Amino acid sequence: MSDALILVALLLVAATATAAVAQRDPARQALVLSVLGVFLAVLFTVLQAPDVGLSQLAVGAALTPLLIMLSVRKIRRRRRDRDGAR
Amino acid sequence: MSRRLRLWLLAVGGAGLAAVLAAACLELPGFGGRSHPYGTRAVRASLARHTANTIASVNFDQRAYDTLGEMSILFAAVLGCVVLLRQARDEHRERPRPAQVARPVRRYALLVVPAALVCGLYIVAHGQLSPGGGFQGGVVAATALHLLYLGADYRALERVRPLGAFEATDALSVCAYLVLGLAGVLAGTAFLANTLLPYGTFNTLSSGGFVPLLNAAVGMEVASAVVVLLANFLDQAVEIVEEEAG
Repeated sequence: MSDALILVALLLVAATATAAVAQRDPARQALVLSVLGVFLAVLFTVLQAPDVGLSQLAVGAALTPLLIMLSVRKIRRRRRDRDGAR
Repeated sequence: MSRRLRLWLLAVGGAGLAAVLAAACLELPGFGGRSHPYGTRAVRASLARHTANTIASVNFDQRAYDTLGEMSILFAAVLGCVVLLRQARDEHRERPRPAQVARPVRRYALLVVPAALVCGLYIVAHGQLSPGGGFQGGVVAATALHLLYLGADYRALERVRPLGAFEATDALSVCAYLVLGLAGVLAGTAFLANTLLPYGTFNTLSSGGFVPLLNAAVGMEVASAVVVLLANFLDQAVEIVEEEAG
């Protein structure tokens, strides 16, 4: 595939990965991570690895952010319960 | 060991690693070249066994033993999560309250759930023919099921998800992979050798000998493992509450 497409995909991955590191709120980080997963899947597909792209799309864009969001929810609820009990 | 000495050790180790990595990168073949020694051999081997998707042939035939390792890692990881996230003695379950869902979200989720499920099953079933396979399709099908949590609420999801059955399926499909591997030993060839079944017609669902069977075992394992994993996370996030001290 053309080099320009690879370059665009690489730049998008670099930009979203930096955004994911720069974002400090874990819940928002999960959303940025999901976008990063999609761009990584695009990059893998452009580099002619659709199998890896599919794995990345399923795990990186859906499963990992979901697990992070659920963990964040659990921690926040616990903190709220504890503050409420006081 | 003093701090200074440790820093020196780190610097020496880091410099050595950098030098070796740089030397290795200089010897790499150019980007996007025409010569792919491993690729050519893998494609030849997969075509010889009538497997249209070379990746599936690598995963479930040429390197089926590696896939067994990856499968065991996933199984052990999910087992560890189940143990860690179980309901502890000082916790109790609260019935989740029925949630209000905006109508467009509900309509969208109910529309997408069947489509995503079929998509996941398709990716599993065609793993030996087109990009995809047990792992990818299994994750897609399992996460698709959880759209119900978005579209309705947790109780609706719990109703369509018998957790015990998924836990049993997880263990059974790991066993199925092992048994398929042992079949080769019993027949007098080798563990996970793809020589027992006829290779079939190229580019049909039943082609590739053992590849579709191992692929299906992995698909079942991954789908039920992800469901069990998410169920334990969801239980902690929605149902299980810590009891107040005292």
